[in-house]
Amino acid sequence: MRPFKYSNAADPAAAITAISVNADAKFLGGGTNLLDLMKEDVMHPSELVNITRLKYADIEKTSNGILIGGTATNAFTANHERVRKQYPLLTMAILAGASAQIRNMATNAGNLNQRTRCSYFYDVNMPCNKRTPGSGCGALKGLNRNHAIFGWSEKCVAVYPSDMAVALAALDAVVHVEAGNQEKRTIAFADFHRLPGSTPQIDNNLKHGELITSIELPENDFAAHSYYLKVRERSSYAFALVSVAAAMSLDGSRIRDIRIALGGVAHKPWRATAAEKLLVGKEATMANFKVAAAAELKNARPLEHNKYKVKMAGDAIVRALSNAMNGVGYGMNAGLEAGV
Amino acid sequence: MSETGKPISRIDGRLKVTGKATYAAEFNQPNMAYAFPVRATIAKGLIVSIDDAAAKKEPGVLSVISYKNAFRLKPMDMQAQMKAGAAFLGENLLPLQENKVHYLGQFIAVVVAETYEQARTAAYKLKIRYTEEKAATDLKSELPKAKKPKMFMGEEAQVNEGKTAAPLAASAHQVNHSYSTPVEHHHPMEPHATVAVWDSTDKLTLYDATQGVGMTSAIAAYFLGLQSENVRVVAPYVGGGFGSKGLWLHTLLVAIAAKAVGRPVKLALTRQMMQTNVGHRAATIQHVALGADTAGKLGAVRHHTDTYNNLTTFFEPSGKQSLVLYQAPVREVTYNVTTLNRGTPTFMRAPGETPGTFALESAMDEMAYELKMDPVEFRIANHTAKDPMKGHDFSSDSLVDCYRIGAERFGWSARSMEPGQQRKGKYLIGYGMATATYPGGRSAASVKVTMTANGEVTVRTASIDIGTGTYTVLAQTVADALGVPVDRIDVKIGDSSLPAAPLAGGSQTTASIHPAAMEACVLLRKELAALAIADPSSKLNGRRLDEISYADGKLVITGEEKKSDAYADIMKRAKRTEMEACATTQPVSGPGMTVPSALCTPRETPPEQNSDIKQYAFHSFGAQFAEVWVDQDFGTIRVKRFTSVQDVGRIMNEKTARSQIIGGVIFGIGAALMEATEYDKRWGNPVTRTLADYHVPVNLDVPPIDVHFIGKPDPHISPIGARGIGEIGITGVSAAIANAVFNATGKRLRDLPLTPDKLV
Repeated sequence: MRPFKYSNAADPAAAITAISVNADAKFLGGGTNLLDLMKEDVMHPSELVNITRLKYADIEKTSNGILIGGTATNAFTANHERVRKQYPLLTMAILAGASAQIRNMATNAGNLNQRTRCSYFYDVNMPCNKRTPGSGCGALKGLNRNHAIFGWSEKCVAVYPSDMAVALAALDAVVHVEAGNQEKRTIAFADFHRLPGSTPQIDNNLKHGELITSIELPENDFAAHSYYLKVRERSSYAFALVSVAAAMSLDGSRIRDIRIALGGVAHKPWRATAAEKLLVGKEATMANFKVAAAAELKNARPLEHNKYKVKMAGDAIVRALSNAMNGVGYGMNAGLEAGV
Repeated sequence: MSETGKPISRIDGRLKVTGKATYAAEFNQPNMAYAFPVRATIAKGLIVSIDDAAAKKEPGVLSVISYKNAFRLKPMDMQAQMKAGAAFLGENLLPLQENKVHYLGQFIAVVVAETYEQARTAAYKLKIRYTEEKAATDLKSELPKAKKPKMFMGEEAQVNEGKTAAPLAASAHQVNHSYSTPVEHHHPMEPHATVAVWDSTDKLTLYDATQGVGMTSAIAAYFLGLQSENVRVVAPYVGGGFGSKGLWLHTLLVAIAAKAVGRPVKLALTRQMMQTNVGHRAATIQHVALGADTAGKLGAVRHHTDTYNNLTTFFEPSGKQSLVLYQAPVREVTYNVTTLNRGTPTFMRAPGETPGTFALESAMDEMAYELKMDPVEFRIANHTAKDPMKGHDFSSDSLVDCYRIGAERFGWSARSMEPGQQRKGKYLIGYGMATATYPGGRSAASVKVTMTANGEVTVRTASIDIGTGTYTVLAQTVADALGVPVDRIDVKIGDSSLPAAPLAGGSQTTASIHPAAMEACVLLRKELAALAIADPSSKLNGRRLDEISYADGKLVITGEEKKSDAYADIMKRAKRTEMEACATTQPVSGPGMTVPSALCTPRETPPEQNSDIKQYAFHSFGAQFAEVWVDQDFGTIRVKRFTSVQDVGRIMNEKTARSQIIGGVIFGIGAALMEATEYDKRWGNPVTRTLADYHVPVNLDVPPIDVHFIGKPDPHISPIGARGIGEIGITGVSAAIANAVFNATGKRLRDLPLTPDKLV
């Protein structure tokens, strides 16, 4: 690891100032991704400012939802009573990610800022436009079994790895950020992460020096019918091949409102708007779920080694919707044990 | 025998869980520097230049060493190396001696600095230029260049080539398919590490994560031009090896680095280096053909393997079990081996049998379906009690019991022959089974037992505990052989200055060191008895040696309990503060996996340890049963329960033995469902770079595993009656799982691992 300057920020303004004056500086949350990247020389910031002692570690109720602190840990968030009750989709998604140890360290803001797990990105001797713009994409014609089927470009076919963010996309979260001079702004979750286009080195629309203070979740009536489904190569501690965050509200058997987002398929959480549109106001039936899933996957563009993801994603949408409809509860084994 | 066999917990367990067991990288030395190796970024070519100007300017850097300035090692010479017990280099390559690159990741330089991070940062700053040559990176495209090796580890490699064509063609039923297995990496929990300390210009100590201290000492001494007794290798605790902890280049590299800077130096490999520099199991493409008659009797077995190697004569011997299992009049086992520019393939837990049983035992399942026979009954119908090639009886013949007991414990009778018949919700449920087998072996070993007048016993041998329980079972054997409690026995192993023992590989440690330990105890008791018999104040005075037995730290006249004399009393009266005896286990043939120079000379010739050893074939056998649940949409496979019944001879410790089988089965679940290192053929680099990409089972992937031992001592392998147990647990597991997946889904998967994309 290259030498770097390290400091603990006393308050948000100091943290933001420290980062703003140094283009090479980074905020440090739990460090569960950044430090790995530094050890392997993929990233080499000259300065880290520890923000985990700032006052953004809580979860508060607001007039129309909740505010989740940027420096609250994933574990704290997932297990928070209010989140479990009102946003079980978020709890399920967080608990589907990483390991207990990592969730204890990782912060919510850090989760949104984590980098892709594409192995060409991590190997500094391989071409990667995200790491070294202009060097080429190793995965495009390489081993791309785990890569994108939506929204990729010739420059980058990586996927965004977070589970938490897939749920946040489905729940229409809003990211609150603060910049210098106490300037504040909000970013709708759909606009937070970017597709790779010609600038895959830019993961999201956060500007240098902007600090994520909290993530707002608006009120909804999805709690009874939410499900996060993650398909992976082992039972836990693996990134998604495909994941689906599904939430709906029902009037009897009719779908009043619905949210579907996919993980493991694109450079950002992929909101399945085509499927949502087809289902709002329709009967919640397997037949309708299948039609909607097919409509969403119609536009998929698989690569050489990930054609399986198209069928898998379609089946995963149907299964997640069905489990959400049936109110299948928590736990990685919930589906297996219930035999559904 | 009261202690042997008991399920006692590891005597080193407390040290391990409290962090007090010292592993190689923890032997910090005063004034120690750190080395970080630099790896080649091309798969084949020549280094043209190394610009180290920027690296040398980094703070703390002490030295940058490459082929330009490295200490010259003695060149390779296989004949001379064999004489010196220095033949088993992991790869036939020496570090930093020339500018040639043979594979991506090869160590081509090393940076030494005051701290680890300084060394690593400076290593990033080396600028290396190459002339690149076209590398061989893809097995399939290199197969046309493959050769047929004549020998494998001293045995004929090509057996009965072409001899099965006619009998196969004439068989009423034939199965003929190709099965492929991927590159796998050992990935022991403890990464390889070495601390090198030059005690003087001709004396070196290496604290090394190794499976063989004697072997490492001999090899390091040979290439560094030292006497092997002047290279002390210390490895009291090793965090797993699975075949990867032979001698690899980093151990020589750190010795070179320590010599260059004149200070002790530590070198610990990163997880990424463990993918390129310490061996792997090579990928195989296996073609298996079986012929059977209408009654279900096998007429011919053919097993051909296509694979590769690099910088070694070793290749994955995946036809091994096909020379051992089942009665078939003709069997043909052949290999085609090509070369790839990839780090060197090596031994990995049950080398040969792990991928080989996947192919053979899948084919056996396919034939059972072809014949509409129950797979268990099909195997029993073709069981052989003799080694089919050598004609010798197996030293124990309980495989049919393994099948029967396994089927009973598992509930095999509930299985439907027709695939796809059992389901629960979205899950298709299937049962599968396979045969497990691994050779039994025994190498030369010496064990010294010392007793003090205070009743403390120390056992010494240059063996290794790679996590298997060597410390514990050795204490149990000596406790019984001397009649003293386990907690009075101090076991000292993992040090090349101790009497020689084989490297911990080939499932041979127990069979090798225990006969010697027992014999040393016999010698010690005899010497004590001689003292007592000659001592007028002993109750044993004047009695005959054959009247004397032992119990509870005493010698006793058999049948006259009151006539006894405690070891301590005998020694005190004889004014002996310490007594010792050393004995040697004879190998089955040759020294086996032991460097013979350090064997102790027994003070009297031990009785023939088993005169009939040449008349038997030594193999362990078992039966593996799996239940899988397959998600019909996603193709995800869960092993829901597993039964493993094993005939491995006497069980020395029911707990550590069970752990070995459980560990083997889990390793097999990994091989079946998820483990694979993938390479990008454009560059020859491993793309699965971390344990986040290279999946091994997590707890939730591990079902309840029912382990049962036949437990009958094998009287022929040694007086102890135990064959090895470290490897057989993994064999047959991937076939049992793949066969269960077929039973669940009707889909026959012949390409490991069975990841969801292959079933969707």
